[in-house]
Amino acid sequence: MAKMLQQLALPAVKTKGSPLEVISRFWAWLFLLLLLLFFSLTGPGFFSLLNLQSIVNDMALALLMSLGQTFVIIAAGIDLSTGFTMGLAAVIEAVVLNALVGRLPLGLGLALPLSILIALGVGTLPGLVNGILIGRLRVPPFIATLGMYGIARGLGFIFSGGGQPVSVQIPGVGDIGNGYLLYYHPAVGFSFFHAPTLPPGARPRDLISILPFPLIVAIVAFVLCHWLLSRTRFGRHTYALGGAPEAARRAGIPVARQTLKIYMLSAFLASVAGVLYVLRFTNGDANAGDPLLLDSIAAVVIGGASLFGGEGTLVGTLIGTLIIYVIQNGLVIIGIDPYWQFVAIGAVIILAVMMDQAKARVLNR
Amino acid sequence: MREERAQLPEVEAEPAATTSAAGTQPVLVVRELVKRFGGLVAVDRVSLEVWPGEVVGLLGDNGAGKSTLIKVISGVYRPDGGQVLFEGQEVAFASPMEARRRGIETIYQDLALCENLDAPANIFLGREPTRRRWGLLKELDEHYMLQETRRVLEQLDIHIPDLRQPIRQLSGGQRQSVAIARAIYWNARLMIMDEPTAALGVAEQHKVLELVRTLRARGVPVILISHNMQDIFAVADRVVVMRRGQKVGERRIAETTSNELVGLMVGAERG
Repeated sequence: MAKMLQQLALPAVKTKGSPLEVISRFWAWLFLLLLLLFFSLTGPGFFSLLNLQSIVNDMALALLMSLGQTFVIIAAGIDLSTGFTMGLAAVIEAVVLNALVGRLPLGLGLALPLSILIALGVGTLPGLVNGILIGRLRVPPFIATLGMYGIARGLGFIFSGGGQPVSVQIPGVGDIGNGYLLYYHPAVGFSFFHAPTLPPGARPRDLISILPFPLIVAIVAFVLCHWLLSRTRFGRHTYALGGAPEAARRAGIPVARQTLKIYMLSAFLASVAGVLYVLRFTNGDANAGDPLLLDSIAAVVIGGASLFGGEGTLVGTLIGTLIIYVIQNGLVIIGIDPYWQFVAIGAVIILAVMMDQAKARVLNR
Repeated sequence: MREERAQLPEVEAEPAATTSAAGTQPVLVVRELVKRFGGLVAVDRVSLEVWPGEVVGLLGDNGAGKSTLIKVISGVYRPDGGQVLFEGQEVAFASPMEARRRGIETIYQDLALCENLDAPANIFLGREPTRRRWGLLKELDEHYMLQETRRVLEQLDIHIPDLRQPIRQLSGGQRQSVAIARAIYWNARLMIMDEPTAALGVAEQHKVLELVRTLRARGVPVILISHNMQDIFAVADRVVVMRRGQKVGERRIAETTSNELVGLMVGAERG
């Protein structure tokens, strides 16, 4: 465990090599650090527990999608369908939860786990189809997942009954998605899971909330995925598949089945994001994940994964996601027109790819 | 996973033992093998034998049928006629994987390694040992892989300074060595090498040829495909010459000259 933490804290602990090599390897870390420094100095209130938590809270859903996308990209694929897969899962979650509580009258304690199970199951199906198309039928990933992008989008709208977000008006649902692990107030001390009822006279603004629920889910998913990618045969085979599919096949790796699992993992994680969306915003929106798709792909690329496959880490993806969300948040705080964030993030993506190419040149010399 | 590991080859086992025990019969017998592609007869009634601890050169011009012959032996193609006997038993491999499981390892020019992974990862690719963490989760046993890689490389006298770097950063000869080490580690009983020195510098060529000699000393027979006469004379015991799909000659290396072999290759000389 200590070893794992060490690995989480530091990127590949190989500091030898030319300065250029070191910079190309660590530029994303440096860049993130500079961004944090810059916004802390220029944006009032940027560097506060509240704001930093809101950054990571906002990015939790995109991070979940980029985790799956990292596996896909390392395996030399691309998954364009995760955005609408997330939306589809959100719609299913909302519809099923409404039906279980409203029509069947089940208690939330039973209805919620059941609906989540169904939403995750349905949401993983696009990944199953993607995996069969790409792994067995040799459809190029771009085409297969672009098709699935349309299919999941259509199904999301159909199940939500005409494109309007499905509202979930069940008491308690929003409390989960917007809850925190731990609260602290000087007047009442610590309390877990539920915000304490404050005694008269205690100022509500002194309440400190730590670890929002979506973030907890994202952290758990991150640790598990990191372990899966860096420590297991599944992860090793993912790298092999992206590095040299023919070599992987000759080595006896079941390439088609591995591909299937990777796309199912991607769809599953997108569905988790969809369920979280419902818990947080109490509605199931077929469009919920669409704006996150490009961010999640960008995060993977900024994090150092190669679109040609075989390279990439989840720590890199985490840094990439942080960079994107720090830019989004910071630009708003320093009062720049929010549309500039698209420009800034676009520029960072191009920078990332250039850095990647520079690194490749340095390494292959 | 432990069971699989128990079956790992004992690489340090006395090679002499294998040689003397199996020395009485050929490892590979190919009889009247035919492979056709449409109207083209790529391999035309070719027969050959490979004995334990022997390096057999397979010589021929481009299109002579060397590669096709090798691909039939290693399970890539099904033969249209004739027989292949491996260790005394008739075999008909449905896939290269099946041939490998029997101990026929083919090292192709493109190496079939994952350049983005390190040497231990490549040697154990598809057969990674695992250990349990917290009694439940199966993790790669990196330590064991690294140790075993060191061991097999040491035995083959292969030096790679940093085993944890992706093999893309190794030289061509080092990569070739990793491929050979992998085959040896997984108990290859017949090694087929397709132009192993083609893309290498002179020093590296020597290293690979030395490795071929090491294999022979360990009792592992090698079929060496080459059109580099120097390679053949440097390591082969016997040479089979092919021309237009047919075997046109077979010579002991000690009893032939490169002129004679070239003559056989181009058809100026009769076998």
